[in-house]
Amino acid sequence: MRSNPKTPALLIGVTWIVSVFMLAPIGLSVLAGLVNNYSVGIKSGLTLRWLLEVLDVYGSTVTWSLLLGLLCVVGNLVIGVPCAYALARSQSRAARLFEELLTLPVAVPGLATALALILTYGHMRDFRQSFAFILVGHMVFTLPFMVRTVSSAFQRNDLIAMEEAARTLGASFTQRFLGVLVPAVLPAIVAGSLMVFTLSVGEFNLTWMLHTPLTRTLPVGLADSYASMRIEIGSAYTLVFLLVILPVLWGLQAIGKLIEKHHGT
Amino acid sequence: MELEPAPARTRIQIKNCAKTYADGTLGLEATTLEVEPGEVLALLGPSGCGKTTLLRIIAGLETPDEGSRILFGETDVTALPVEQRGIGMVFQHYALFPQMSVAANIGYGLKIRGAADAERARVVGDLVDLVRLNGLEHKRPAELSGGQRQRVALARAVAVRPKVLLLDEPLTALDAKLKESLRDELAEMLRRLHITAVYVTHDQQEALAIADRLAVMHAGRIVQVGNGEALYRAPSHPFVATFLGRVNRIERNDKQCADNTLLMGSLVFRCPAAWSNQKALLVRPEDIEVGSYTTGWGHAVVTHRSFLGDRVQLTLNAGNQVPLRADVGRDHAARLGDTVGIRIQPEHLMPSHEST
Repeated sequence: MRSNPKTPALLIGVTWIVSVFMLAPIGLSVLAGLVNNYSVGIKSGLTLRWLLEVLDVYGSTVTWSLLLGLLCVVGNLVIGVPCAYALARSQSRAARLFEELLTLPVAVPGLATALALILTYGHMRDFRQSFAFILVGHMVFTLPFMVRTVSSAFQRNDLIAMEEAARTLGASFTQRFLGVLVPAVLPAIVAGSLMVFTLSVGEFNLTWMLHTPLTRTLPVGLADSYASMRIEIGSAYTLVFLLVILPVLWGLQAIGKLIEKHHGT
Repeated sequence: MELEPAPARTRIQIKNCAKTYADGTLGLEATTLEVEPGEVLALLGPSGCGKTTLLRIIAGLETPDEGSRILFGETDVTALPVEQRGIGMVFQHYALFPQMSVAANIGYGLKIRGAADAERARVVGDLVDLVRLNGLEHKRPAELSGGQRQRVALARAVAVRPKVLLLDEPLTALDAKLKESLRDELAEMLRRLHITAVYVTHDQQEALAIADRLAVMHAGRIVQVGNGEALYRAPSHPFVATFLGRVNRIERNDKQCADNTLLMGSLVFRCPAAWSNQKALLVRPEDIEVGSYTTGWGHAVVTHRSFLGDRVQLTLNAGNQVPLRADVGRDHAARLGDTVGIRIQPEHLMPSHEST
């Protein structure tokens, strides 16, 4: 689309105001993490000491969040993709009911899901106190996203014919599932994985209920720092989030695009 | 290039195969059919006639009703799953594997069977030659035209040396021009492959061009089996007559029925004895002779004339009959409004209801 050389001044003005309104908090928050004293302002001088302090106190939450996101993706691949296939091929009413049930954690507040998990499995002390407990919570929350995305790909008519073609050529279930079907729905799997990773890394409300002082993710640490630390540290923490998570997300998205392009359907 | 023929060509025997769907509808009545070794048999019929169901039963993709039996040669394959039947199948919409190259698609079945790389490369190379896809081995299906894709599909299906080759409307997704050229090519390839083949189609031209024999299907059952020419010339069932070409229907009154005669444009024709119990008779447009009106010819007036390039289609009013459709050569003298003479060779008359 060509830009109109005579864009009305009013439109430009409104666009600027909205942009500044949206970007100012980000800029200010980043700046707050870099000044010596927020109440004094930029006159107090710039520093990296808050950033270093965040990395010192909360550094592990970054690693754990990324690791949890990754494990969540792996878990979704192992459980979600076969589940998506089963749901796509099943005609039974039970399967439709199960699909609805699977989507519930998206609608139900995370706090309620977390409470249910604690009530049921809270007495298993080692499990309750490990990151596995949070991983389970994240899986419950993210599974529907993977399953729905991949299941609708499996339901396509060309996939059904492709599976029949593989069967006529003698392929066993494992051979055709891994060799034909999964590669054929790879773009959907990649899209699902990206969504799952993003949701897991940013998930707060369920994680907040499930975490222990020793099992904290980045968003939970963020909340903790806002509540109990200097405002400069909280802001520096936001900066860490932006610096670490965003490049990872962009990188993953680029890989996803590359796979899709290479896939060439 | 001649492919080495499969060790022994397989006879397909379909015995009493029926299919009732879960909701109780009968998809296929009990059907018995034999396909000779090395023969190409077409299952021909309109959509919903059960031809695809029968093909899928032969393939093992549908389970037939209790009591049905399918034999490939001496082997009863009724209980064998599709993976173990040793068939090759070509699908309407190609069903190629999109993420694999042409060569990988063709070699897939061999890879599944654990064939050595060198052997696989050799067979794939031979087949690429056969289906004339040289130079496209490393392309993805998405980069090929429809005709090329269907050739890959055929090569993939025959690469494993199937006992039986099944083709489910393989040309339907192609445009008319391409369809015709690929049709002839396919007919030739099937002859060279010498594999017993069952070819499902709703296009009678395609069936006539490709198959050795046709089984015409209607409403879940096979109504007549035979070679194309015999079915076209002497259909035993009116559905076969109408489906394999166009027909005129000429009604008879009780007296004509009793006399076994036919009234056409004030002239009374004697009909073959076999059609004595028919209330009406069928005749193809090209079997109505149109000449000048003299003795021995019926009287008719040309009410419509369409020039169709290779022939001229006339609509004739022959008095008491509904308008007759006649096909004549493109240089025929008859013009709109002309009075012409018509006659029919009695052997060209066909029955309008099933003869017993």
